[in-house]
Amino acid sequence: MDEKIRELRRKQAILARHHIYEKKEQPQSFVSSLSPDEREVFMKGARAANAVVLRKRKRRSRVAKVFGVAFLSVAAFIAILPIFFTFLNSFMSSAEIEGNYGVVFKSLPGGSNEASRFMDEAPQLQLVPQEVSADQYSEVLFKSPSYLFRYWNSILLTVPIVIGQLAVACMASYSFMRYRKKRREVLFFLYIILMLMPFQVTLVPNYIMNQALNILDTPLAVILPGVFSTFSVYILTKYMRRIPKAYIEAAIIDGASEWQIFTKVVMPNCKAPVAAMAILLFIDYWNMVEQPLVMLQEEGMQPLSVFLSKVNVENIGLAFAACALYMIPPLLIFLRGEDQLVEGISQSGIK
Amino acid sequence: MKEWGAGIGFLLPSVAGVFLFFFIPFLMLVKMSFQKSATIGDFAGLANYNAVLTNEAFLEACGNTALFTAVTVPAAILISLLLALVLNTQLPGKSTFRSLLLTPMMVPVASIVLIWQVMFSFNGVLNGWTYQLFGLERIDWMKDHGQLLTMLLFLWKNLGLNIILFLSALNNIPQEVVESSLMDGCGSVRRFFSIRLYYLGPTIFFVGIMSLINSFKIFREVYLLTGNYPYGKLYTLQHFMNNKFTRLDYTQLSVAAVILSIAMMIIVGILFLIESRIDKGVEE
Repeated sequence: MDEKIRELRRKQAILARHHIYEKKEQPQSFVSSLSPDEREVFMKGARAANAVVLRKRKRRSRVAKVFGVAFLSVAAFIAILPIFFTFLNSFMSSAEIEGNYGVVFKSLPGGSNEASRFMDEAPQLQLVPQEVSADQYSEVLFKSPSYLFRYWNSILLTVPIVIGQLAVACMASYSFMRYRKKRREVLFFLYIILMLMPFQVTLVPNYIMNQALNILDTPLAVILPGVFSTFSVYILTKYMRRIPKAYIEAAIIDGASEWQIFTKVVMPNCKAPVAAMAILLFIDYWNMVEQPLVMLQEEGMQPLSVFLSKVNVENIGLAFAACALYMIPPLLIFLRGEDQLVEGISQSGIK
Repeated sequence: MKEWGAGIGFLLPSVAGVFLFFFIPFLMLVKMSFQKSATIGDFAGLANYNAVLTNEAFLEACGNTALFTAVTVPAAILISLLLALVLNTQLPGKSTFRSLLLTPMMVPVASIVLIWQVMFSFNGVLNGWTYQLFGLERIDWMKDHGQLLTMLLFLWKNLGLNIILFLSALNNIPQEVVESSLMDGCGSVRRFFSIRLYYLGPTIFFVGIMSLINSFKIFREVYLLTGNYPYGKLYTLQHFMNNKFTRLDYTQLSVAAVILSIAMMIIVGILFLIESRIDKGVEE
């Protein structure tokens, strides 16, 4: 029996070897059929044809590039024009501003009188101030304290909200990340729904509670609901759930307490999204109008964002400087934190 | 048990605050919406709902908000997607362009409204130009095209975040798929529709939801531009609520909030259903 099998295998091996070494007739390729001279000619032609295709492609990509840059330039121009314009105008003297735009504000709703709507003089759009002056700034900073007070109000409302919301949200999202039992998932879902609710819905409950706690017309009425807003909980939980489980398990094996895991393992991994959230929250609350308008009836409490809309003929002279000053903190933060912002948002795996 | 306790400790501040400021008062609100008035606890049935749903101001506000949302959300998605696609190609000065395009998202609307007023008011710069150069009749932009102006302002302000989201999604498209499509001689249009759009699906929905939420915030722009009682087309839901606030009409207010929250839940629920379907497709 063995003999037979061995015989068979030997035959197969021999066959296989034959198969490998079997000479096959090489099909004559087109190139090898040419004589060296002909080959030279043919290659030259092929190269030329290739070059044409390449050139065409290059030209096309260059055209696409030019179009792309032109398109982006237009978009970027539109994007920064209003900012640029505000800053340039803020360096005009108050008199110049009044001369240029006084007409505009007479025709706004609430402007002085209806007849002035039909004045013939057109306002002058001037990009470059005729004489550069820090008039408006000195007016805002030193002579009209109401602007500075409102500015301080803005800071007083925004900074506690950003810090508070991040602290609360980091802890909450740590909990949502660590324990994913059914009840907690339901709660997380409720948070998501809450995050999606527009102000029109959430402001009324907030107002009722503020009234019950008797903190209406104090900064707390805006700060507390802001602190417990759930937007950052959602984003941070999404991010924390992508941290490898092994990190946390290793910490547990080493005997770390929950607090240690939170501060030493999870938070150091969350720098980018926390920074991004801080920037987003800052601009969001720096920009807020609805909440103070409802919660703070007293005008002296309101932030500058509400106050700026009350520009009229009398104070147009310093409005541009006030607007420019109001833009500066978020712009500085953006200048410093753009990369963190972009990185944090793209890392958090929001989709 | 210990684990559970520690978890609760971390969650407690947030849950306490959320229940205190959002859920509990919301339940009170639901109860109030069935009452005769905020102080009289008699059950009124659906009378309040009837009153709000037949209130013309409410209906107009709903219509205006719906129209605004229907125009701006698709526009916000399309424009920011286009910008992100162009930014994603090899162009000189790409990062500068990105910074410039993202700047508007950092600017408070209140600072920019002044420019809008200077440009578009009846005696404004734009009308001045068209009048002087072409002798055109002046257009009362704020009154006749107020919604268009607020849409422009909204788009100007909100495109930045969408661009970031789209850029990160474009970076996450697996490069092998794109390369193999290039090998197979796939053109850029085909590549966009068959590959990129497929991977961008979830992001498009997220951007859509974010824009939807933001579009409900449009009151901010309108208020800053025109104050508490704007021209008809600009009257938004938030105006309705604010005016009820000042008149202390709590039952109507609570009814409006309940109706809105239900509407919002339905819209978002539908979006999430579609999204989960698309998500499944991408994961496969």
